[in-house]
Amino acid sequence: MDKLWLIVQREYLTRVKKKSFILITLLSPIIFVALFTIPVLVALFAGKEKKSLVVKDDSGIFVAPADTSARARFTLSQEPLDVLKATYKGQGFDGVLYIPTLPPNGEKLSLSYFSEGQLSLSVVGYVTDKVAEQVSAKKVKDAGYSEDVMKNFKTKVGIEQEELAFNKEGVLVETGKKSSAELATAIGFISGFIIYIVLIFYGAMIMRSVMEEKTNRIVEVIISSVKPFQLMMGKILGVSAVGLTQMLIWITMTFVLSSMATAFLGMDAASVQSPMAGMQQPGSEEMASQAGQVFEALASQNWGYILPLFLFYFVGGYFIYASLFAAVGASMGDDMGESQSLSMVAMAPIILSIILISPVIENPTSALARWMSIFPLFSPVIMPARLAFEPPLWEVLLSMVMLAGSAVFFVWLSGRIYRVGVLLYGKKATLKEMVKWTFSGE
Amino acid sequence: MNILRLEQVVKSYGDFRAVDNVSFDIPKGVVFGMLGPNGAGKTSLIRIITNITKADSGQIWLDGEPLNSRHPEQIGYMPEERGLYKKMKVGEQLTYLARLKGLSAVQTKEALAYWFKRFDILDWWDKKVDELSKGMQQKVQFIVTVLHKPKLLILDEPFSGLDPINANLIEAEIRELARNGTSIIFSTHRMEQVEEMCDHIVLINKGRNVLEGRVTDVKQRFKENLFSIGYNGSLPENLPGADRFFIQKNNENHRLTVQVAAGADTNDVLRYLIEHGVQIGSFNEILPSISEIFIRRVNETVGN
Repeated sequence: MDKLWLIVQREYLTRVKKKSFILITLLSPIIFVALFTIPVLVALFAGKEKKSLVVKDDSGIFVAPADTSARARFTLSQEPLDVLKATYKGQGFDGVLYIPTLPPNGEKLSLSYFSEGQLSLSVVGYVTDKVAEQVSAKKVKDAGYSEDVMKNFKTKVGIEQEELAFNKEGVLVETGKKSSAELATAIGFISGFIIYIVLIFYGAMIMRSVMEEKTNRIVEVIISSVKPFQLMMGKILGVSAVGLTQMLIWITMTFVLSSMATAFLGMDAASVQSPMAGMQQPGSEEMASQAGQVFEALASQNWGYILPLFLFYFVGGYFIYASLFAAVGASMGDDMGESQSLSMVAMAPIILSIILISPVIENPTSALARWMSIFPLFSPVIMPARLAFEPPLWEVLLSMVMLAGSAVFFVWLSGRIYRVGVLLYGKKATLKEMVKWTFSGE
Repeated sequence: MNILRLEQVVKSYGDFRAVDNVSFDIPKGVVFGMLGPNGAGKTSLIRIITNITKADSGQIWLDGEPLNSRHPEQIGYMPEERGLYKKMKVGEQLTYLARLKGLSAVQTKEALAYWFKRFDILDWWDKKVDELSKGMQQKVQFIVTVLHKPKLLILDEPFSGLDPINANLIEAEIRELARNGTSIIFSTHRMEQVEEMCDHIVLINKGRNVLEGRVTDVKQRFKENLFSIGYNGSLPENLPGADRFFIQKNNENHRLTVQVAAGADTNDVLRYLIEHGVQIGSFNEILPSISEIFIRRVNETVGN
């Protein structure tokens, strides 16, 4: 036990003290926060692209909007199009916008733009929106309605889901619990992805480390002092501690940095909105009410249920894949390139589960979702993705028992393979040999 | 008293018998040579002795006790394929490996202080292993092997890759350890090293013990009653009847190699030569080298 502890310590300390670890750990949250902050900053401080257009309007409906802060300014001109095309630069415009006579109802109105440069997507969006707005207004007016009527035609539609619960006799027992399909989907994806990334990242770390010890031959020195299983377990536990440390630092830093950023920039929902008001975003009132709904739904999630289960799948999945990767690392030969194919043995199920996460979340009660979340090689990614959709208890329990049992089994299996593989130098092992090692005596 | 005793040890990998009924004893405090070509089963045997793998059958005693999982702490093993953590600092690495061998923190500090001073490498403590030269790494490897004061030291090809200066240094350390009572197993395929350093040997070929014993005894057993005679001047033209013991004449070196029939008197040869007017300068017995003995034994066993 003492020796296992020594190994865990070394595996942990050598990694945590590495410059690359410190850099990645400290920089990632900064990059993460920057990813969200920079676009807002750019929107806040960077000047918007503004175009000044001269408009030749054959439809006779266009009225230049008064808003000067918008993305494009329009100036109507009566000169012939050809003349405008030749002289727009001299008059200080960026280009010529041509609005033809209106087509019959139901057909597309095609505007033309003539210029040396191109319009950016946002300017194109702004211009077409403005023209469409005015055309609709004219059509409504021609049909004999007032503008107020048109505003009333616009209806926004959302759906609020309320979950019902029934007791065994089929009598309604609980109402009023808000659920949100969007939120459940988001929680599902995020949980699944976190576990996926952790399994791949730390699995590969363990595999590399085992291979390094094997190609270095240090392994022979070490297992003349400790059992191969102790070395393998020490590595798995040590790396898991590294992962936990990293996560903890990230969570803390993300929290601190984002509250700092929020405080510094005053970025509550409303103020983020105002500089983007020109971008056809919903009004800030509406945002606030949406945010309110999200928070309500977030608060109504059963975190006391989801979080511990997430942790359980996290740990179970980690042990299965960490030990599998250790066994693969131990079976590899000196030729790394040739050995890559072997690592697919451990990679394939994780990759498959991340590919199948979308259909599972889309249809969380399907047979595919059910069986994938019970099968232990997939369940660490798939079951957490389903948890927010509240799968039946028996499925969760069965899946947990399977996962716990398999974690023990895979650690045992990998220990058997590791023990033999790590001492065989040169060629990579075949799967057949690995099976043989599993059942061979020590 | 034996430090190590092997009885009928067998180890197979699939259909391949790497160790085939090997038995031998290693007396305490000797330098014991384990010889054999590459692939003979030496490393397999060592891995069994160091508890890295288990024998399929047979029994092993270390210092009178059946081999158990606490014994590795009493064994120092330097594998043929040297290995250290390349990115780890020398001091940290040695501390870690010493602790794994069961030394306490205090014992580790003392042992390291002793060896760092002895090898005059105090300034290496904070260097990473891959900043050291090959020879320097070998010194570190040697310290790893001996710092827990093992009763039994197993060195697999200890001189491979060493320059003459470091080889001498390590050889001196091995002799010093042997003088202080450490038993040493010295595994190699380079026979000439064995004759200089080992008291006892075992020859392993194809997983079998083909020969075992004290180096001097083995040489006596395999001597062919060959003698080298140096003479002055020249040999007489005609030496009637000398063919019965002459093997080789070398007039330029003034040397004769003769073989005396087992049980015959060497004085007969000398008397004969003196009677025929040969001026004797020297007379030596030619003992076979270990490598000659090895090749003969291997050919014999292959012949079987």
